[in-house]
Amino acid sequence: MTTIITLITAAVTFGTVLMYGTLGEILTEKSGNLNLGVEGIMYMGGAFGLAGAFYYEKAAGAAVSGPLAIIIAIAAAFAAGMAASAIYSFITVTLRANQNVTGLALSIFGTGIGQFVGEFMRVSEGGYVALSNDLKGVFSAQVFPKFLVDIPVIGSILFSHTIFFYLAIAVAVLMYLFLAKTRYGMYLTAVGESPSTSDAAGINITKYKYLATVIGGGISAIGGMVYIMTTAGCVWNHEGLSGVGWLAVALVIFCMWRPLNAIWGSVLFGAMMIMYLRVSIPFIPTEIYKILPYIVTVIVLILTSMRNSRDRQPPASLGLNYFREER
Amino acid sequence: MLLEHNCAIEMRGITKRFGQVVANDSIDMRINRGEILALLGENGSGKTTLMNMLSGIYQPDEGEIYKDGERIFIRSPREAYGYGIGMIHQHYKLIEVFTAAQNIVLGLDDEKMDLRRTNEKVMEICSRYGFEVDPSRKVYDMSVSQKQTIEIIKVLYRGADILVLDEPTAVLTPQETQKLFKVLLNMKADGKAIVIITHKLHEVMEVSDKVAVLRKGKYIGTVNTSETDPQALTDMMVGHAVTLNIERPRYPEPKRKLVVENLTCVDNEGVRKLDRVSFEANTGEILGVAGISGSGQKELLEAITGLYPVKEGSIRFVRDDGSEAELVGMTPRRIRETGVGMAFVPEDRLGMGLVGSMGMTGNMMLRSWRNGRGAFLRKKEPEDLANGIWKELDVVTPSITYPVRRLSGGNVQKVLVGREIAGNPQVLMTAYAVRGLDINTSYTIYNLLTEQKMKGVAVLYVGEDLDVLIELADRILVLCGGQVAGCVDARSVTKEEIGLMMTQFNAKGAE
Ligand SMILES: Nc1ncnc2c1ncn2[C@@H]1O[C@H](COP(=O)(O)OP(=O)(O)O)[C@@H](O)[C@H]1O
Ligand SMILES: [Mg+2]
Repeated sequence: MTTIITLITAAVTFGTVLMYGTLGEILTEKSGNLNLGVEGIMYMGGAFGLAGAFYYEKAAGAAVSGPLAIIIAIAAAFAAGMAASAIYSFITVTLRANQNVTGLALSIFGTGIGQFVGEFMRVSEGGYVALSNDLKGVFSAQVFPKFLVDIPVIGSILFSHTIFFYLAIAVAVLMYLFLAKTRYGMYLTAVGESPSTSDAAGINITKYKYLATVIGGGISAIGGMVYIMTTAGCVWNHEGLSGVGWLAVALVIFCMWRPLNAIWGSVLFGAMMIMYLRVSIPFIPTEIYKILPYIVTVIVLILTSMRNSRDRQPPASLGLNYFREER
Repeated sequence: MLLEHNCAIEMRGITKRFGQVVANDSIDMRINRGEILALLGENGSGKTTLMNMLSGIYQPDEGEIYKDGERIFIRSPREAYGYGIGMIHQHYKLIEVFTAAQNIVLGLDDEKMDLRRTNEKVMEICSRYGFEVDPSRKVYDMSVSQKQTIEIIKVLYRGADILVLDEPTAVLTPQETQKLFKVLLNMKADGKAIVIITHKLHEVMEVSDKVAVLRKGKYIGTVNTSETDPQALTDMMVGHAVTLNIERPRYPEPKRKLVVENLTCVDNEGVRKLDRVSFEANTGEILGVAGISGSGQKELLEAITGLYPVKEGSIRFVRDDGSEAELVGMTPRRIRETGVGMAFVPEDRLGMGLVGSMGMTGNMMLRSWRNGRGAFLRKKEPEDLANGIWKELDVVTPSITYPVRRLSGGNVQKVLVGREIAGNPQVLMTAYAVRGLDINTSYTIYNLLTEQKMKGVAVLYVGEDLDVLIELADRILVLCGGQVAGCVDARSVTKEEIGLMMTQFNAKGAE
């Protein structure tokens, strides 16, 4: 029993990272932009999030405030993600370059920048960049009161997580409400389905594509920051982050572009990714575990395409650029 | 007469170029309220382009647009709505996964997302002009004519009083067309200005008040419908009279070429698309295939070419020496390797027939790449072929490497038919070969098919225009609900007889 509970909590921790990456990419893809740069964006989010918190603590010294450190880390990661996706939007929406190529380039660029910032901090600070232990504790603190966490089974499964998990759920729910219940969500869906139709209906395609992609990039970047500040222990660790962005892209497909699915989907993917640490079966190499999420995604793709449901499809214009005078 | 007070839109000296193509050349035109203006012109004459400048999709390179005497600039579709201009595009602009109501209010910022009020307003428009819609239905569940209705309501909902319809009847059945015309007349009575793009002359005569004619991007003139006739309009459109008779010579000795027996095909959902279809196609004969759309025509041709799975029955190709080859169960490639010369001009020209982003040469190679030796492409032959088709069929394109996607429908069809004929097929199958084509190009296609027939080719011509079938084909196979309703001699049959056969099985055929 305890093994299962630890597995679930660990899955949630890693799943939280994925959830941000996925939610951001869902928003982006809803506009018809396939941003394959998530990997790079999350790297940048991780590096800049850490930098934000680190330099803030350095400047504030003893007067450092935990909540403010969290806000700064989020803001720094968000801004980094926005900047990266703004470049992507400019290249694909304004200059109408190929989305796949641009996304891949952004992946490479973003991981490079992330590495650079991480290493730069290390070198310029003379060795080791880490927050103080107190501040580290703030980032991985449980938000719910102790008596809730102490409820057997349910306590650890539901209430033992960091603020970032609950925040991610809030983002998912808000995104769901935005897409399903508001006019602007409907317009965004329309843009992703058929830009020419939306254009003819008087919707500003460029605005929606830019906004969705830039905000989506910001959300994805928070995921990188959450990884560095929780799992990695507030130390720059590029190895752990590698591949997470790609997993998020796969998860978007798994979730069928629905934010609410991302909540359980990312926990499930999180579980699959950490399973090799907890449930080791002899003779099965850990690499096998690691490809599980991708296999599951492929299976989901096969199943949905077999069911051929018209409502469960990618945004129809995904990956295609729009130019009004082109036919 | 010139300065009528009811003039809604005036266009002066409008010019629009796409690269080297001059789509509109200094066009002057006016659109009046309370009138239906038919915009007539051959394929590629620039009708869509001209109207797209009214709806804000394109910007004119030169020229001015006036509304009620005031100069306006229409920079986007949104601004067009602001000026009361709404366009129903040839390819509908609807979000498939949305409901009718969602599509109708799409893009209307200043309105609350109040579904009840939307529905009320939609219902009011419907009863005013005589539409029938279900606002909560998803677009992907709708028929073409229902989709069109949504498009029209969408435009009316936005308060448009200048409506442009781009070839609205191209995809409608005659009954649906009549319904649409009734709606148009209602709107006209309501004082709206209506432009309808079409190249079906009888429709022009039936519904319009005035006709404006474009030819090769130039404005030829506007005439009152009551003072003109189809012959005069054709003259304006093509610049010279087209004889309305299709030539139909007889081939000396027809022989069996293709034998289809008890062919049955079932689709994914288990519906019988073809039900025990039997017929023979002969050399030197055009076998017309008639039927209301969706009666199994598409499946029939695809089954013969090896693209559609056959459940039962037999399709046999008769070789010149009289021996027969069974085609059921063979892939298209295998069929070709067996020496069965078949060519197929599909309905979906740019999807199934040609690769839109490639030029003529590239598209020629699609058919012949296997002839190349080794890994390298041999460009010479396809290039010669492309040049030949370009000249002989008069394809309007800047060069043989210009992407075919950018050509107008008629020219795309010429490229496709030209390529298929070039392979010297023994059986030539065409599906809606003249759909969306202007009269002149249509005749070019008829002549090409007849020429093939006289060479001894067995031609299968799936068509929708009964007048053409009766004049072009030698025999007509009538399909109804996937069954053969009859096979008649085209020289003696009447249109009414075919019409009756097309619908006779309907009761049991189409549930
Ligand atoms: N977006 C475009 N890009 C390039 N060429 C175009 C475009 N739209 C139209 N054309 C060209 O302009 C000409 C007129 O086309 P169009 O207005 O569609 O004719 P019509 O509607 O009368 O059939 C054609 O030669 C066509 O190839
Ligand atoms: Mg057109």
